[in-house]
Amino acid sequence: MLSADFVIATSVAYVGLLFVLAYFGDRRAKANKRSWLNSPAVYTLSISVYCTSWTFYGAVGNAARSGLEFLTIYLGPTLVFVGWYFVLRRLVRISHLHRITSVADLLSSRFGKSSRLGVLVTCIAVIGIAPYIALQLKAVTSSIQAVAGASEFGRGSLTGIDDVGLALGVAAAMALFTILFGTRHVDAKEQHHGVVAAIAFEAVVKLAALVAVGVFVIYLGGGIEGIFSQAAEKGVVFDTSASFDSRWITTLVLSIAAIICLPRQFQVTVVENSNENHLRVAGWAFPAYMMLMSIFIIPIAVYGLTVMPDDANPDMFALTLPLSAGQNALALFAFIGGFSSATSMIILESIALSIMVSNHIMMPLVLKFGAAPQGGDGQGVSSVLLVARRFAIVLILSLGFFYFLFTRDSDALAPIGLISFTAIAQFLPALLAAIFWKDASLKAVTAAISVGFVIWAWSCFLPSLASVSPLVSTLLEEGPWGVLWLRPEAMFGLEGWDPLAHAAFWSLSINVLILTLGSLLTSPSALERIQATAFVDVFRRHGLPQRNFVPGSATANDLYFVAERVLGEKRAAALFEAAARERGVDPALLEPTPAFIGRLERELAGSIGASSAHVMLSKVVAGGDVSLEEMMQMADETQQVIEYSQQLEKTSAELRLTAHKLEEANAQLRELDSQKDEFLSQVSHEVRTPMTSIRSFSEILLEPAGLNEGQRQRFISTIHQESMRLTKLLDEILDLSALERGERTWQNEPVDAEDALNRAVSVCDALLRQRGMRVEFGERAHTTMVEGDADRLCQVFINLISNAVKYNDADQPVVHVSSSVRSGTYVVEVADNGPGIGKTERKLIFEKFWRGVSGAGDQGGAGLGLAISRQIIARMNGVLELVQGPLPGACFRVRLPVVGRES
Amino acid sequence: MGIDVLIAEDEPSILESLDFILRRAGWSIESVTDGEAVLERVRRAPPRVLVLDVMLPRRSGFDVLKQLRADVETRDLPVLILTAKGQQQDRRIAEELGADGFVTKPYSNAEVVGAVRQLLGEND
Repeated sequence: MLSADFVIATSVAYVGLLFVLAYFGDRRAKANKRSWLNSPAVYTLSISVYCTSWTFYGAVGNAARSGLEFLTIYLGPTLVFVGWYFVLRRLVRISHLHRITSVADLLSSRFGKSSRLGVLVTCIAVIGIAPYIALQLKAVTSSIQAVAGASEFGRGSLTGIDDVGLALGVAAAMALFTILFGTRHVDAKEQHHGVVAAIAFEAVVKLAALVAVGVFVIYLGGGIEGIFSQAAEKGVVFDTSASFDSRWITTLVLSIAAIICLPRQFQVTVVENSNENHLRVAGWAFPAYMMLMSIFIIPIAVYGLTVMPDDANPDMFALTLPLSAGQNALALFAFIGGFSSATSMIILESIALSIMVSNHIMMPLVLKFGAAPQGGDGQGVSSVLLVARRFAIVLILSLGFFYFLFTRDSDALAPIGLISFTAIAQFLPALLAAIFWKDASLKAVTAAISVGFVIWAWSCFLPSLASVSPLVSTLLEEGPWGVLWLRPEAMFGLEGWDPLAHAAFWSLSINVLILTLGSLLTSPSALERIQATAFVDVFRRHGLPQRNFVPGSATANDLYFVAERVLGEKRAAALFEAAARERGVDPALLEPTPAFIGRLERELAGSIGASSAHVMLSKVVAGGDVSLEEMMQMADETQQVIEYSQQLEKTSAELRLTAHKLEEANAQLRELDSQKDEFLSQVSHEVRTPMTSIRSFSEILLEPAGLNEGQRQRFISTIHQESMRLTKLLDEILDLSALERGERTWQNEPVDAEDALNRAVSVCDALLRQRGMRVEFGERAHTTMVEGDADRLCQVFINLISNAVKYNDADQPVVHVSSSVRSGTYVVEVADNGPGIGKTERKLIFEKFWRGVSGAGDQGGAGLGLAISRQIIARMNGVLELVQGPLPGACFRVRLPVVGRES
Repeated sequence: MGIDVLIAEDEPSILESLDFILRRAGWSIESVTDGEAVLERVRRAPPRVLVLDVMLPRRSGFDVLKQLRADVETRDLPVLILTAKGQQQDRRIAEELGADGFVTKPYSNAEVVGAVRQLLGEND
């Protein structure tokens, strides 16, 4: 047994040592940024603040009572750290970019810099952590009692002091140390190098102490096998039966939430991180540390159960085993190890919570009521912040103490810790949504966390007070006003579950449900959208979309005044001078650009949180006239203007397209119009020619004097001929016009094409003989049926043969006609040995009113023949074309598909 | 000795009517039926007046007129243009090329005879 005085003196000396370590750590960090303090090893050790006295003492107790369950508390963090790349790296990057100072700051900043969400998260954290602080107080007092021995109690310095008094003393001392450690200055990044150094040292001490006890126990018990065989002899069974049940899963989930969301874990892992690459080391080193911490838990628990009296508290085996073996020095070392676990947790947790309280509750109040002292020392806001934090630390430890006071009758340490874990786990859905899901909205997150917290308070926190309040135990039995389905440990009829699993299930599932549905149903504000993109796309973008300020009214002086009040004179001056140097101007002439204001906001955010910094700068920059809401409205309006101009652009593009189409249509119309003019002009010419003869001869006949009978007869017959020609011309024009419209004045039916060809040759016989010409026949097909009209087909052949006759000026004029059937097509060729058709005219011969240039004036045609023929053949699904023929002149070929039989 | 009127017209019945009315008016007449023949005939022995149809084979009436006006020998030959395309555009082209008269088909016989008489300088 050790004397209580000695134990307490040792503790005080140990804390003194920590203080010296922290002090020199701070100085060293300031002097040299690359000191060993800034190494992955120290970073990893500081993360092990996760292993509190609950681990040190409680895990042994937990193992003794519930078997392997204690392992889940390590398994969750192991998963998170092994998978550091997915969540932790993202959190660290975001927090560095946005100068995030706490979980509350992260959520508030992400969800539109909402101060309300910051307040909510802070309040829940402070209340939720109280049991956890109480746990540490309980562990410290119990361990002092255990190591000093009940017999020593009430002697020396502890005369007249019971465990409550002891806890109060411990709490007060912790508050004092934390204030001395953590609130000596306000730092931009809220990094506390000195404290981290001390925490890292404590991590080494607690690990060494537990390992020492473990090795001692194994030595004492004669090896692992010895311990288990002794236990078996004594009938102690290490219970592993209830391992993998709902409670096991629950604690796994809760420990995952805790390693991310616990204020102190967020502080050391994210805020205190100075180099992202340290996560790489921590990713394996921290799980390794936890393995070392847990490796001796089972031997100590089993050996304790074997050799210690039945009424011994299993939580204290790490102390009582060495004591019972007379190893006072080892017991003292173990005590210091447990004490280290408790103090490091209390110090860091209260620092982290005090930052949240001061940034999210005190600072907005100060800003709102404009009560920031205008101190001449330039430390106005800084000193307010420090006072606020000190006050917050006292508040937090007081809450912890009061919770301890109410629940001191409970023996076990582990369940108390899990109450806090469940409270903090309410942040996890929001936190993951914040960094992975852009659609998550402020309203949904606020509602989800609030409801989760209420369910936690009802089903988890309240039942823990049952032992001190008969009212609460009645409530547990019968529900409020006798409503059974609202009983805290059997909500909505879910009975028979482990209370912890029950509370975690309802609070987290309803939390997630509200968050998801709420986010899908509500639409985020402009600022939320901006922040959502900045957070979720943190690895995709560089730089921050912080363009919420309109520079103008604010001068560098105004901004300096604000910066000085928050950051202190030295840092404000350094910041402004650096900016001025970058721009190459005198600091007095510095123009506040949006980029500079954005940077200043981030610096301020490091001290007073994102939302407070934003409100504060908004006031200054906008001259106090423009509120945050108006700022956001401006951002929205800008967005609308952009969308509107995009719409305009789209519309004008459509107009351009329409105008282009109209232009094309217009050009087509003009083209058609000129074609029509050309046609009319040609028709006019063709009509005027016969009309001229008719008129002229009529006039001659009207003055019959001097005309003989022969002349009279001749002139009258010319008039008659020309009238016939005119009629034929008009018929042809109408015919062609109808054909060109696609009309057909006949019915297509199988006709004998050969017969039509023969008829045409005989019709042309007179014309041929008149010219002294003959038809040479080439190959001839037999009777061949094609789809068409016999007369029309004959008309085409007559046209072709008469053309060949009319335009043939050869000395021995010849017309060559052949017909054949080639692969289902009836082919007729009409060739002559005339002048042929020049290359340039080949394209024109089927045009209307085209006449061979060498044709004599007596042809009597209007130049519509070939155009009509081609249309007729087309209407019979055939082709009329000009080809290279067997004779030197032109050769026209008709091709028509053969139908029906071929005989 | 030169003739009074040379007619250049490819449409046989129109040529016959022109021949008849101009002969009846008392002038000596010759005729050609294509553009090339006009130039050749005029160069060989210029008539006193040329009655020139626009739509001639081988060489159009306007082309013939252009050639005549370009040649010093035939520059001053009085030319009466006949056209079946009664458009303003043809009249303008004829004037630009230096035609002395312009008659649209179908013409009245008196109109043609009057125009030729004027060009022959036989106004009463």
